[in-house]
Amino acid sequence: MTAPRVSIRADDFDLGAEVAELRAGDGGVGAVCAFVGTVRERNEGAAVGSLELEHYPGMTEAAIESMIDEATRRFGVRAARVVHRIGKLAPSAQIVLVAVTAAHRGEAFRACEFLMDYLKTQAPFWKKETGPGGARWVDARVADDDALARWGIGGGNAAAKETR
Amino acid sequence: MKVVVRYFAAVREALGSGEDVEVDPRADIASLRDALAARGGRHAEALGRQRVLRSARNRVLCAESAALADGDEVGFFPPLTGG
Repeated sequence: MTAPRVSIRADDFDLGAEVAELRAGDGGVGAVCAFVGTVRERNEGAAVGSLELEHYPGMTEAAIESMIDEATRRFGVRAARVVHRIGKLAPSAQIVLVAVTAAHRGEAFRACEFLMDYLKTQAPFWKKETGPGGARWVDARVADDDALARWGIGGGNAAAKETR
Repeated sequence: MKVVVRYFAAVREALGSGEDVEVDPRADIASLRDALAARGGRHAEALGRQRVLRSARNRVLCAESAALADGDEVGFFPPLTGG
C-alpha cells in the first residue's frame, strides 16, 4: 500500500523511515532530496517558549496535493511526501518534512525547494509564538512571497493587496 | 442565499470558528467581508479594511472578487505562515 502524499498531524516524524518508504520499490530513483523545518529557539531576537500551529482542515491537504501535482508536472518527480505538524511544538522540534524522489539530483533539489517555497505562502497554516512577552501571531514575510515569485508564481501573501 | 463563513488564527480568536450568513444573490467575497465588518464591534475590528486578510472559497485560496453561490464555504484569515 502506498502511503498518502500529505500528512497533517500532531505526531513527530522520522526522516529515515519516511524516505525509506518513499523510495521503496522504485528502481528508477537516482536522487532523494528531503528538507526538514524546525522550531528556532529565537525568532526576530525574542526567545521562543513554544510554537502553536493552526491549519484549515480539508483545505490544507487539498492545497498541498495540488502543489505536489504541480511539482510533478514541472520537475518529473517520481514520488513526493509532505508531513506538517500542528498543535503545540517546543524549540528544536521538527515542524515540516518535504521529501522528493527523482531520477537525477537536479530535479530532486529543485522540486524540494519549489514545494517548500510554495508551502510557505499558499498552504493554510498559522503560527503563534509564546515567549517571555506573551503570545503573538507570527507575521508573514515578504521574502517568502519573493521566493515563490522566482518560480513564476504570484499570489502575494505577506504583501496581499486589497482587491477593491 | 446562505454561505458558511469560517475564521482562522487571529480572526477566529476574535469572532469564533465561524457562522452561517445570509447574503445577496450577487454577493462576492469582498461584499460579504464588508457586510460582516459593517456590523461593527469585534467584526469591524477583525474584518475591516485596516486588516490585511486572505480569503478562500470552497477551500481554495482566491481573490475577494470571486462571486459566491448558495452553500459556499468562505474562509477569512491572516496571511499564511506555515513551514
